[in-house]
Amino acid sequence: MDTDLTRLLAREMAALLRSGETTSRALAEAHLEVAQRQNHALNAWLVIDREGALRQADAADAVLASARRDGPAALVALHPLHGIPVGLKDLICVEGGQCTAGSRILAGYRAPYDAHIVERLRAAGAVFLGKTNMDEFAMGSSNEYSAYGPVSNPWDLDTVPGGSSGGSAAAVAAYHVPLSLGTDTGGSIRQPAALCGVVGMKPTYGRVSRYGIVAFASSLDQIGPFARDVRDAAALLHAVAGRDARDSTSAPVPVEDELLHLPDGDDEAVAWLRGKRLGLPREYFVAGMDPDVERRIHESVTFLVDAGAAVEEVSLPHTDYGLATYYIVAPAEASANLARYDGVRYGLSRRLEGGDFIADYLATRGEGFGAEVKRRVMLGTYALSAGYYDAFYLKAQKVRTLIKRDFDEIFASGIDALVAPTSPSVAFRFGAKTSDPVAMYLADACTLPVNMAGLPGISIPCGLSEGLPVGLQLIGPAWSELMLFRAARAFEGLTAAATWRGLEPAQLAEADDPAGPTPAERAAALAGSA
Amino acid sequence: MAGLSRSDVEHVAHLARLGMTAEELDRLQGELNHILEQYMKLAELDTETIPPTAQTIELENILRDDVPTPSLSQAAVLGNAPAREGEFVIVPPILGGDAG
Repeated sequence: MDTDLTRLLAREMAALLRSGETTSRALAEAHLEVAQRQNHALNAWLVIDREGALRQADAADAVLASARRDGPAALVALHPLHGIPVGLKDLICVEGGQCTAGSRILAGYRAPYDAHIVERLRAAGAVFLGKTNMDEFAMGSSNEYSAYGPVSNPWDLDTVPGGSSGGSAAAVAAYHVPLSLGTDTGGSIRQPAALCGVVGMKPTYGRVSRYGIVAFASSLDQIGPFARDVRDAAALLHAVAGRDARDSTSAPVPVEDELLHLPDGDDEAVAWLRGKRLGLPREYFVAGMDPDVERRIHESVTFLVDAGAAVEEVSLPHTDYGLATYYIVAPAEASANLARYDGVRYGLSRRLEGGDFIADYLATRGEGFGAEVKRRVMLGTYALSAGYYDAFYLKAQKVRTLIKRDFDEIFASGIDALVAPTSPSVAFRFGAKTSDPVAMYLADACTLPVNMAGLPGISIPCGLSEGLPVGLQLIGPAWSELMLFRAARAFEGLTAAATWRGLEPAQLAEADDPAGPTPAERAAALAGSA
Repeated sequence: MAGLSRSDVEHVAHLARLGMTAEELDRLQGELNHILEQYMKLAELDTETIPPTAQTIELENILRDDVPTPSLSQAAVLGNAPAREGEFVIVPPILGGDAG
């Protein structure tokens, strides 16, 4: 029974909790067992908090017992996430716990308060299993830039899970948790969701409060859910979304309760598609895209057309400028945000003899930041420096306007949502892109324009290519998360009988081997044989 | 625009307060110039009349109600400071001379 529990969806777990067929403690123990057993091989977790999770689970069980005494209405009133294990990316502050953001510079830091989304999940009764691995300061597309080692993709342990929320995606794919939270600045939820074969959504900019989240690029960062199906992902977004006075960029836009009531029946879900207009942006089928990934996307489009959706080719003409624009705006904002790591108030601190405070900063930051973070802080500092501001940063902000207008015009023309690949390739091998920063940046070519425009996007599994998951991306206008979840749920219904739907990640058994290689050892072996 | 020279890279590293080895700076010079070449693509676009976008949602003048609420405790705030003395954070001296 214990191992079966981890294979359930969050809402199935919730039903068993209410019927008394399981307990939150049993759920926590089952998931802790798998996570602890497989972390040697996957390195998806930077912390597995057994003690804290069991304490929260026992508290959740006490509330369940009391609700059961009060009658069925009290049980129904419990939050859908009550007693459910959740993983948190390690840039989300949980009071008293570590929050490294994948960086050496925050080693030993203890968060003095809970993030807004953590408060919300606590109030819901969710159970925090631990903190997930990530690229340092969320900068990366493979999780290879974590200061605490790479993460293996459970579909093929020699490949990356994507990034930057690689640990959150791998943990959900490998059944360590049914749900996790990540952040997405240029694709950091959707791309790892695609590479790990799970659902991941980046909501509209302003949908979820970022109070208590380590900042990377403040005009782009957004928090969002990972889950193994669409309804679970929608429930997790519902639990954390909404206005919070402590984040002035969180918007006073109502969060629809329909997020909790997406259709259960596949036919009902599919019926939603009839008469919808979907756009296929030709610029997202980029040169160098894996042809088999492209085939999976076109097959998916055929499914949508057969179900009654009108799919038409559309153009977002400034897509090709997205990469350059993003790699000016995001590093510029990062260089400003990361200026706070000065070794004085918190974090790594190097004080040299001689009392030169500049030398102290240089030593602290030189030692505390990894190579990719240094590259981006350098780029951002340069792009903002005297004499280059207009040529780089201002120019990029203007092109950002053009990118946003492309989307605005498409949606104004009556297109309900865009259908595109999430990633130009499936999961790649360790080391495949680390020698060329631009090659790594291209992994986010299909996702980062969505952040530039502040729009919501969701990645859902749409098949396999050579045994590895392919993600289908749906993009909608601002605040259209509910519509995107309905569209994604419809696609899920359409493909419910597909053979790839029932497949588990191919190397879960290898991930059970306590004597097998760690992801870092796999990466080193691949580097040695290259 | 000409590429970044080695001394440009050193200058930016100093502005960014990043202490790096000679090898790191050498590698960065090549990498940064490669990335800057990608930026040149933006010069293809005439953006003379295009307004810049700094944020994508139209929220303006968002202010919190002016109501005092509890702050973090002193212990919580000081808990992460690498060097402390009593209720104070020890900062590096920023004025030369007598500070040690």
